[in-house]
Amino acid sequence: MLGYYLDLAWRSLKRNRVLTALMVLAIALGIGASMTMITVLHVMTADPIPGRSGQLFYPQVDPRPMDSDNTTPDPPDQLTWIDAMNLLHASEGVHKVAMSGGRVTVIPPQGASHAFFVPLRSTTADFFPMFDVPFVDGSGWTARDDEQRSRVAVIARDLADKLYGTPHAVGRMLQLGKYAFRVVGVIDQWNPSPHFYDLGMGNYTNQPEQVYLPLHAGLDLKLSTYNSITCWGGGYFPDDNDMRKATACGWMTLWVELDTPAQVAAYREFLVNYSEQQKALGRFARSPNTRLRDVMAWLDYNHVLPGSVQLQTLLALGFLLVCLVNTVAMLLVKFLRRGGELSVRRAMGASKRAVFAQLLVEASLVGAAGGVAGLLLAALGLWIVRQQPVEYAALAHMDGAMLGATIALAVCATLLAALFPAWRACRIVPARLLKTQ
Amino acid sequence: MQIKPILAALRRHRLATLLIAMEIAFACAVLCNACFLVARRWTMIQINSGVDESSLAVLTVNGFEPSQAADVNARMLAGLRAIPGMQSATLISEVPFGPQTGAAGISPDAGGFKDLIGVVDFVMAGPGTYKALGLKLVEGHLPQPGDYQPATSFAPEDVQVLVTRALAEHAWPGESPLGKDFWCDKMHFRVMGVVDHFARAQPGQYEMQQGEWTVFTPVVPGGSLAGTYLLRGRPQDVQRVLQVARGAVQKIAPDVVLDQDNSRTLSDLRTKYFLTDRIMIGLLLGVVALMLGVTALGIVGLTSFWVAQRRKQIGIRRAIGATRGDILRYFQTENFLIVTFGIALGMLLAYVLNAVLMKFYELPHLPLYYLPMGALALWMLGQLAVLGPALRAAAVPPVVATRSV
Repeated sequence: MLGYYLDLAWRSLKRNRVLTALMVLAIALGIGASMTMITVLHVMTADPIPGRSGQLFYPQVDPRPMDSDNTTPDPPDQLTWIDAMNLLHASEGVHKVAMSGGRVTVIPPQGASHAFFVPLRSTTADFFPMFDVPFVDGSGWTARDDEQRSRVAVIARDLADKLYGTPHAVGRMLQLGKYAFRVVGVIDQWNPSPHFYDLGMGNYTNQPEQVYLPLHAGLDLKLSTYNSITCWGGGYFPDDNDMRKATACGWMTLWVELDTPAQVAAYREFLVNYSEQQKALGRFARSPNTRLRDVMAWLDYNHVLPGSVQLQTLLALGFLLVCLVNTVAMLLVKFLRRGGELSVRRAMGASKRAVFAQLLVEASLVGAAGGVAGLLLAALGLWIVRQQPVEYAALAHMDGAMLGATIALAVCATLLAALFPAWRACRIVPARLLKTQ
Repeated sequence: MQIKPILAALRRHRLATLLIAMEIAFACAVLCNACFLVARRWTMIQINSGVDESSLAVLTVNGFEPSQAADVNARMLAGLRAIPGMQSATLISEVPFGPQTGAAGISPDAGGFKDLIGVVDFVMAGPGTYKALGLKLVEGHLPQPGDYQPATSFAPEDVQVLVTRALAEHAWPGESPLGKDFWCDKMHFRVMGVVDHFARAQPGQYEMQQGEWTVFTPVVPGGSLAGTYLLRGRPQDVQRVLQVARGAVQKIAPDVVLDQDNSRTLSDLRTKYFLTDRIMIGLLLGVVALMLGVTALGIVGLTSFWVAQRRKQIGIRRAIGATRGDILRYFQTENFLIVTFGIALGMLLAYVLNAVLMKFYELPHLPLYYLPMGALALWMLGQLAVLGPALRAAAVPPVVATRSV
């Protein structure tokens, strides 16, 4: 039966090529535009650290004085140095990592005149195992290195290639400004998108960190460049770039690994207790105001998805809607025009259901054609997106799931658009039409 | 032209009519809102930075200790000023479309964040920078040599400043801003003059009017004011002068590092800064054009079908005396009625869409004049689309009436 319907559909579509082409074109344009944007949306909202995002948590506490900045109820996005250190050293047995980002001057072996800046991350030893960072050579440093402020460094593969011509750079010396560091590990290409663990570098950075240093050793460089600092009134601001002395500025980031709901609940309670304790000590003025979000909730809270991408998606979907209404109108025209032919089929014994099915087969043929053409247009659209100088451009690629989704969306949308015209077309009374002919 | 018979005919094709009207309505809603977004972005791209962008470049060096600031400044300024074609080299903390370095909340009382006037950009500027920027003073007076104050941390403790007209009108509406005081934490500022326009570093991150909330702060070079230099040359020279300056940094001060990304001409910075907005405008316009194209195709398809269906009736009308013009006008009027119905629906939809967008994005109300403009565009589109099929209808000969089928 299906073969017969397909044959009928093919003949019908061939009979009015212009109308068929217009329908396919309309669907292709709508599908192409919306799938381009849906794919961009899909890759941009993807989980940056699949499998672990539900166990990594971002604590926030509120050290602001009572009279400052009462318009934002949420605590500051980052922690002060004191809070970060207190939280890092409290609650034994829980994996935690404290960090801060910035830029550092690298002096290559060719000499100081070739110096350049690279993004830097000063962090603690757990960073590498907690975020599943892949190594090509060596490994991360140890907790002892953190305590002893060892001058050791983990560098990115790109930097190793640039400086030493090989990714196997363990044991080499790395000159950062006035100080020399020993390379203990080289990490492979690694740039989670969104850059969840520090959004201060840009939500989708295409320039990930090249140098990782033990927290204290990194801060001892006293770089003037921090990714982001938020200060509130009444505190001391250091003159010598050593933010560790700033009492009223948040600039540190802490991530905590909590595996079970019980651990999460316990940590939430711990944050409240900590805030109360700090208030009793006179450091905090406000009653406990804490937050503990996992990776996806943290990204959501920070609105990492650019508004322009959402707007473009909305616009593309609006465009698809216009294209579909257009298809409904054209299919209605097409089906009703065939009243004579359908009447003959009905008179010769085809049931309403059979006629309905035949018309839907015809519509899905149009939908499939529109989907394939739309796929080509979406590929073109994504190529255009990749040419854009925006930081998320490189992410815009279509995967297998999206490929299938495109065709499915096209066929489903067209079938939906065909339902009403087909229903109308099988309601015609055969006798009346046959008589007038 | 009688409308009644047209309405009677449309009533027989309620569904197709309704569908085309709906398509027009959606198109109208998207068109109005997309044009509104485009216009907003376009206005932002056109922001008047208030400075002579074509003559200016900025050069940033980094990687020196705060204690070296005065020494690095002295060497850099001397070296840069020696470059042929360099009209001036002066100190500045940030330039329009460059990285933001000094945004802070200001209040009318000391230390308080309670009555925040707003978050403004403080531009620290050394002697000569005002003249180099090419700002236009509209009120008050310019900083004299004695007005430059040293700054060790963020800004001087107590200093007289220039504010932009936009900031003055926001902070002291209807009053003369001259002599007015404001505070940032414990730092005190007094307004000595008002400049016409001066964009902050990242104007696009703020509401339209806030893009010019800038405070020009005269600061003695050294301390926190070091490492970023404003270069001025003739417009045709500035690119070359910057290239020479970038190359010369290593010779002038071997102990500092040139910040490649942030050493550019202001025209470059501006282009780079608004690139995504330009892309967005292109994208919006592209989608709108495609959508209008699809809508026009829909009208062509449907009208063609109706013309084919009514060949006999057209023939009869022609046989009993209707002219070609009558037939043409019949289809044109019919299209006008459908489009008008669609537009009426579309205006409502446009407002709904605008309300949805306002909920999620910081957008103002859709100005009313977008609606008649959108309506006019769709009427024209409808008439253009219907012309082909209508002409074909007008060409139907009266003899058709005598044939059966």
